[in-house]
Parts: sequence; structure tokens; C-alpha cells
Amino acid sequence: MAELSKKNEPAASVDATPNVTGVEVVETGSETAAIEALQAPVDRGEPILQVRNLVKHFPLTQGILFKKQVGAVKAVDGISFDLYQGETLGIVGESGCGKSTVAKLLMRLETATAGEIFYKGQDITKLSGRALKAVRRNIQMVFQDPYTSLNPRMTVGDIIGETFDIHPEVAPKGDRRRRVQELLDVVGLNPEYINRYPHQFSGGQRQRIGIARGLALNPEIIICDEPVSALDVSVQAQVINLMEKLQDEFNLSYVFIAHDLSIVRHISDRVGVMYLGKMAEIGTDEQIYDHPTHPYTQALLSAVPVPDPEARENRERIILTGDVPSPANPPSGCRFRTRCWKAQDKCAQEVPLLAVPERFKGADTPAAHESACHFAEEKDVVHAA
Amino acid sequence: MPENTAVVNETTEPVKAEAAPAKDAGTGKPRSLWSDAWHDLRRSPLFITSAVLILVLLSMAVFPSLWTDGSPTEADLANKYLKKPEWGALFQPEWFGYDIQGRSVYNRVIYGARASITVGVMVTLIVTFLGTVIGMLAGYFGGILDTLLSRLTDIFFGIPFLLGALVILTAFEKRSVWVVILAISFLGWTSMARVARGAVIQVKQTDYILAAKALGASTFRILTRHVLPNALAPIIVVATTALGGYIATEATLSFLGVGLQEPLVSWGVDVAGAFRSIRNAPYVLIMPSVLVSITVLSFLMFGDAVRNALDPKLR
Amino acid sequence: MTLIDESPAPQGAGDSGTPLLEVRDLHVEFHTRDGVAKAVNGVNYTVNAGETLAVLGESGSGKSVTAQAIMGILDMPPGRIPKGEILFRGQDMLKMSGEERRKIRGARIAMIFQDALSSLNPVYSVGFQLGEMFRVHRGLSKKDARAKAVELMDRVKIPAAAQRVDDYPHQFSGGMRQRIMIAMALALEPDLIIADEPTTALDVTVQAQVMDLLAELQREYNMGLILITHDLGVVADVADKIAVMYAGRIVETAPVHELYKRPAHPYTKGLLESIPRLDRKGQELYAIKGLPPNLTRIPTGCAFNPRCPQATDLCRTEVPALFPVTEQDGAELAGRGSACHYWKETLHG
Repeated sequence: MAELSKKNEPAASVDATPNVTGVEVVETGSETAAIEALQAPVDRGEPILQVRNLVKHFPLTQGILFKKQVGAVKAVDGISFDLYQGETLGIVGESGCGKSTVAKLLMRLETATAGEIFYKGQDITKLSGRALKAVRRNIQMVFQDPYTSLNPRMTVGDIIGETFDIHPEVAPKGDRRRRVQELLDVVGLNPEYINRYPHQFSGGQRQRIGIARGLALNPEIIICDEPVSALDVSVQAQVINLMEKLQDEFNLSYVFIAHDLSIVRHISDRVGVMYLGKMAEIGTDEQIYDHPTHPYTQALLSAVPVPDPEARENRERIILTGDVPSPANPPSGCRFRTRCWKAQDKCAQEVPLLAVPERFKGADTPAAHESACHFAEEKDVVHAA
Repeated sequence: MPENTAVVNETTEPVKAEAAPAKDAGTGKPRSLWSDAWHDLRRSPLFITSAVLILVLLSMAVFPSLWTDGSPTEADLANKYLKKPEWGALFQPEWFGYDIQGRSVYNRVIYGARASITVGVMVTLIVTFLGTVIGMLAGYFGGILDTLLSRLTDIFFGIPFLLGALVILTAFEKRSVWVVILAISFLGWTSMARVARGAVIQVKQTDYILAAKALGASTFRILTRHVLPNALAPIIVVATTALGGYIATEATLSFLGVGLQEPLVSWGVDVAGAFRSIRNAPYVLIMPSVLVSITVLSFLMFGDAVRNALDPKLR
Repeated sequence: MTLIDESPAPQGAGDSGTPLLEVRDLHVEFHTRDGVAKAVNGVNYTVNAGETLAVLGESGSGKSVTAQAIMGILDMPPGRIPKGEILFRGQDMLKMSGEERRKIRGARIAMIFQDALSSLNPVYSVGFQLGEMFRVHRGLSKKDARAKAVELMDRVKIPAAAQRVDDYPHQFSGGMRQRIMIAMALALEPDLIIADEPTTALDVTVQAQVMDLLAELQREYNMGLILITHDLGVVADVADKIAVMYAGRIVETAPVHELYKRPAHPYTKGLLESIPRLDRKGQELYAIKGLPPNLTRIPTGCAFNPRCPQATDLCRTEVPALFPVTEQDGAELAGRGSACHYWKETLHG
């Protein structure tokens, strides 16, 4: 309920004067201030997407005819971040942390329980009908599984061309086939393959088709949900390179959701680490990978197997005990406390806020980035000691 | 399909054909599921055989006079009582012999096709349409709608088929073909709805449905372009298998005296009537039964061929 | 039974010099609609007791098919083994009767699969499934088997094993299920464990736990371990030696440290260069061009030639053997081999 009263505030100002104040209101919010204050390496311009206190609870029900709610899976539980024009924001986390739900919320494939998503100052969580369709033109998605994300009974031409059937204003009818072939060419596929079916392609080629579909409407933002995790190592690099090339070419902004920390570092400008529906830490790739301050980030990074046996032996390894708790019944206070070696009584009582830790405030150090830990301290676990 | 109408500018097609498999070579036309399926079907021996058989059966049903000059009801008790078949007399009334009332079995088999095939095909169409729509709505939308429709399906499923049909049909004094069709359909749609619901639920969870939603596709488009084509295979299989069953059901009901009645001619009526002479003249029973079997088999083969053609992975 | 009892576990009779497992010139093919898919085309490797061999390869490289052939769980109508030997302690398993192989499978050679959930039977409790190994192979009573199951669950560090022994597979998390799979593989104290992508389905933090456990148990029991994976990182942690597979052949073998430092095959080199780094932000990734070959139409000569930046006419016509790899001065590099005509240039150039 507390969220409800907060929710009206930015939305109201958006209505008053659409673009300018919408951004301003959010910038005065405590969370973005921190990122802005920090040495912002490149001019990233204005945020194109602003996510505020996003919540998604899936109700757990019982009963056959008359369902009654017996609880909720708190898949996403109050997430805030910004996405800037032309940047890539990586979101990492283990399975069940809610990162894929975030992708679906951003795409409006799921309806948020609470919170706002501002696209150019407009809250898209409340949109429907034609307004929503217009937003969809600008926010598109690339899916994880190239085998299930393409309709097996449609040709490649139909799969990509369907976008123009749905948004006829983008391409005149006589032009569509040519546009589809252009798109195939852009993603590095032979335009002659337009009449083939998905199963005639390899995984990497299918993912290119998925990317072409995502590009068809000239969107500004592409949400990528584990776009390369189903691909072979040698093909992953091709697809990652393609995505980077397309970003430069079309000035795309990516939200890149993945569990592979190396790939996320490679492609992202900024990275957010999620744990059990909350954002644990967020910052530039250097801040997160080289100067992590949240214990979960540190454990996650230290666990990544590195293809270099010598570097490996010299690195500190933090092996976590136990498993991720169920999002239906998350621990009180800090969600990571059940697996954290630093946990104290405070962690069970107080939910740590995502903010620049007190001790680093105002300091000119890469450790001064937002981290949701009561006892945040810097620890390099990636580089050999 | 809408894609077929899209204008194609063939001259803009790139000329370089880089190791494209023969199937793709030189085709500039947009393809759709159905045009590709048709392309495949024309080459499938299974389809050609079954289609020819079905055409033959349909011609009997529509133009029985093409096959015989005689009448199915003309009876000559005195001369032709249970007269044996003359296997050499092709396409003549005496070919399959005569029944207990001296009527030509051949004529009756030809004229019986209309009622039997009408019942089989119409019931299948109605049941498939009804079951698919109900199953698709329940499966795709889920929630309360699914709960209600599924319970409704369960209730109908709980009615014993024969008992239900007996009760309904005895209520009618005069039973035309349509009464029988509607009665069987009324009781028969449940299994189709269940199959459709299951298939739709499976398809609904795939990423390409999400992808279509993410593009802003309307629910109608998602259902018709994505859900239905992918859920169709099991529906077609069940439908073609069931078709034979419906023809047999008509025969059963006729035998029990609540289906079609004389003077209507149908294979079911003939099978029902043949029991009286089964020891003396088995051909009176066998000939309409053979036709029922051929019909069932033809539609089964037809369904198999269509299902294969609709699955690009089998190309 | 007799076969197991006669030669008591770890050190079998007369194995001095005989490797635990030796695969010789193994070929496996599958008959498919599109023709004959040649999944394995002459694979040779050996594993000794206490040794970990990592078999590295992408999908379709034949790494899993080789393992299935060793286990004897290939689907044998579409699959066929036209050629080759699989020697377990010097005995060719391909010449054994079905009965003899069954006795080896599970008891002497055990396998751990990627997907623990589908490898466990959902309708039996975990304790029952673990105990079954002892009841069937060792003839223990129900009560004793259950006690053994608890003991095993303790060994693989499942917390509160005694309470959880009657739980069903779905009540365990992914990491715990994989531990149960490991426990099951360990049950009869096999000489060799084949782990096919054992941690691929797990999260990073859990992956580390499971890999550590596997390595620890292997040391303790002095087992041979064949670790099949596509993940160059996982391999680096635990393997002693690595065999890199491509299109059904081994293209490079090396001790683990050497392979990462100085690859001698362009494919291995390309793979290593195409993975992004965790410890620094790189420029554009190196990408191996093209796609892995269709196994029904493997290119002539070296199968990697269409994707190789240094391929010549020789590569397109002649299949390279696994050449022994030496230093520039000719000094031998133990355990190293490369199936590249130009391994010298790759390694030293």
C-alpha cells in the first residue's frame, strides 16, 4: 500500500508536462542520484527507460472451482533501475532470481503487481490498446531458446514479415518482402533463405532470425533474455558480435539478461545483480566486477569457472552453502542472509536499501556504487591475488 | 492465407543461389503453411490414394445414378430372394447378390453411401469445430473460463454415449439424417474438446506465442496463426479416426432401431438388416461392411497425409 | 554377480600397465532420414585409476555418443558401432554378452547425467532408489539398503540425510538432486565414473559446490573420471588431461595447464579466444566463422577446414592424424597431440 501512494506522484507529473518533469521527478529520487553523482564515464544522455519499485507477485491458489489465494511467489519485489540511450544494462542472477520476470514485465507480457516503468517519461504499465501497441514498436525482445521462439509452421519470411502485418504502418505491403530480405542480410543470413522453415537452421542461425524479428520495427530498446545461453561456445561469440554491431548501427539500448557473468561483462556498460527478486548491487561493469561490495556479488563472481587453470588457483573462492530459498517464502530482512557469511542480527530485521553504502559516500572510489548490504565492503575476487 | 496475396516483386530477388537446396531454388513466391502443405500433398502417394478413394465414395454419395441404373428399394421377393452374387457382373445390380427382400445389394451399397458418408463427415465437421473452439478457448484463456468449460465437458463426457443417443433419438418419431447427425454431435464433441484443450495448452507455453504477444499481435491473430496451426495435428488425427467411428455409430443406432429407418438407405441400415440372413447369405452383411471399412481407411489415410504435410519438420 | 565378486574393487587383478579404460579407434554412426550420420569417427583415449579426463566439445562433436557407447546405452537400431574396441581393464566390452555388460554397468562403470530430475524416477522416494542399487546388486535387505542410502546421502553432503531419505526427487533442489545422482553413481564404488555435463543445468554457485564434491570423492575412491562438457571453465578446475573433440574426432589432447596456455589446434585456439573474460573488458570477441558440420556431410580432409583461418589444400584433401606435439627443439611434450597438419605453426608460430 505504501507503494500505491508513491506511485501517483511521478505519474501525475507526467500527465502535467509529459517529458521534462517526468525525468526530473525521478532524478530527484534517492536511487538515481547516486549513479549520476558518480564519475559518469561517458555522456549517456537521458534515461530512455526508468523502472521504479517494480513488483510482481504470482498468486498461489488452491481449489478447483473456487480458487482461493494461499500465498504468493514474490518473483520481483521492488526493483528500480534506469536504462540510458545506446547503452547495455546487464542483469545477472541465478535461476529463480526474477530476472526473466523483469524481462516479461518490461515487455508487458506480464502485468506488474505494483510499480512503474517509464518509457520516455510515460508509464507503460498502465497502457493498453493502441497506446501499448505503439510502445511495442519501440521495445522489442530476443528470446532465450531459438528452438521454441520461432513458430515451426511458419517460414522465416512469415515470421519476420508478421511484424509488418501487425504494424502495417512500418512497411507498405509491396515493400515487405524486400524489407524481410534486408533484415536477413543485416543479421548475416542469406536473403534467399526467406522461404525456409526454422528447423532447417542451426541454433545460431535461428537466434539471428529472432534478432531480425526484434529489429523489424526499428525499436529503440531490445530486451534480451539469455540470448546466447542455448548456443554453442563457438557460435555465442558470433551472435554477441552481431548484437554489438547492431547496437552501434541502429543506436539500440539493450537490457541484457543472462546468467553468464563473463558474457555480461563483455557486452554491458552497467550491470545489476539480482537475488531473490531484489537488486543486490548495480553499477558500471568495472564497479561490479572489479570492486564488488555486496557479498552475493562476490560469491557469484568467485564461483565462475575461468578457463585459465593458473589464474584459477590464485583466486579466492567463496563457496556458498545451501540453496537459494523459495521466493514464495523469502527470508526476512536481507534475502541473502541465510547464505551470507557476514550475516548478523541486523540483517534479519532490516531490509537493506539499494544505495551507495554510508562508508563510501562522497568518496572518489569505484566502490562507491549502489549496493544493498548493511555491511558492504569492497573485495576483489576476480583477479588473482 | 493472407501471405499469398502479398505482392511479390520477383525481379528484386537476388540471383545468387548459394547452395540452396533444390526445394528453395528459384522460388520467389512467398510461401505459407497451407500452400507448402498443398505442394507436398500433391506428391504424397498416401494422399493421392486416399483422395481418389474419397472422390469415388463422394461420387457415389452425390451421383449414385452414375454407378447404377437400378433402384435400392425395388424388391422382387419372388425371383430374387437371397439370390447369390454374380461376381462377373461388374457394376450390375446382380453383382453383389440380393437381400432377403430381393433388393440388389449392389444398388443398396451405392445408394447407402450418401447417408453414411453424410453422417460421418457432418458429425466430424460439427464435432471438430465445436470441440476445437471450446477446447481452444478453455486452453488458451484458462482461469474461470477454463474451469467452466472443462466442467461442462466433463458433464457431457459423463453421459453414456449409447444411452444418451437412445434417449434423444427415441424422442423423435421421424428420424432424418440430420436428427441422427445432431444427436451424435451433441454427445460426441467432448473428446475433441479435451484433445484440443491439451494441444492448445502445450502450444500456449512456447516462446513464439510470447514473441507474437510482444509484437502486439491481436488475440485473434495469435489463435489463428500461431496456436491453431500448431495444435492442429492431434486434432486432425482424432477427427479422422473418429470419422469411421461415427459411421459405425450410425450403423449401431440403426441396428438398435433408433437410427436411420427404412425406407432410408444407409450402410448402417443394411448391416442392421443383414443379421437375419447372416448364415445363408453372408454377402448381405459383408458388402456394406467392406464399404464402411474402405471409407474409414480412406479418411484415416487422408488425415495422416494432411497431418504430415502440415508439419514442416517432416519435409 | 560372480564377475564383480571375483575381482574386488579399486585394484583389479593384473592391471599393472593396463589402463582402466581404453577406447580404440571407435566409430559410431546413426542411420537417419538424411543419410548416415557419422557421430564418432575413430576416437582413441585412455583413462587410468584416479585420473580425470575431460572430453570437451560442442553439441554434435560426438562427446556424449562416445560416452554412451562406453556405457552400452546407445540406441542400437539407429546407432551402430561399425568399428572399434572399448577395453575395460583389458577386456573388450563390445565383444561381451549383454549379461556381462550389464554386470559392469552401474557396478564398475557408472554414469551421471545432466538432467538429474528426469534421470530420477519421480514415483519412488530417493532413499528407495538409492537402496535399490544395494538390493539388486548386493542382495541387501530392505532395512540395510535404507541404512546404506542414508550413509550415501551423508557422503554427498545432503543435510539432514536421515530425515530426507524418504523424500521424493521433486522435493529436492537442482543441486541436491545432482548430489543424489552422484550418490547413486557412487553406490557400488565403481572404478570409473562418466559424468555427462554434470553441472550444466545448475547455477554458478551450486555448480562450484557440486564440482568440488565430485573431485573430492574421486580422490577419495581413486576412481577414473571422464568429464564430458562444453564449458572450458569447468574443465580447467578439475581435469588432469583434456581431449578436444570436433565432428566425431579428437583434434587435440593435452595436460590441462598446457592446453590453456599453448593450444596446438586452431579449433582449440579459436574456442579459447572466443570466450569473454571475467577479469577485464575485452574488445570485439574473436569468433570462429561458420557452423559445426552436418554429421551426414562431414567435409573431406580435416573436418574443421571450412572454418579454419589457416586451411590449405592439404587440409581439404587429407585427414590429419593426431600428431605428437613437440617443442621447437624436438623435445617431447608428454601427453600432447594435435590433429592439425600445421600444429607447429599453431603452437610455435
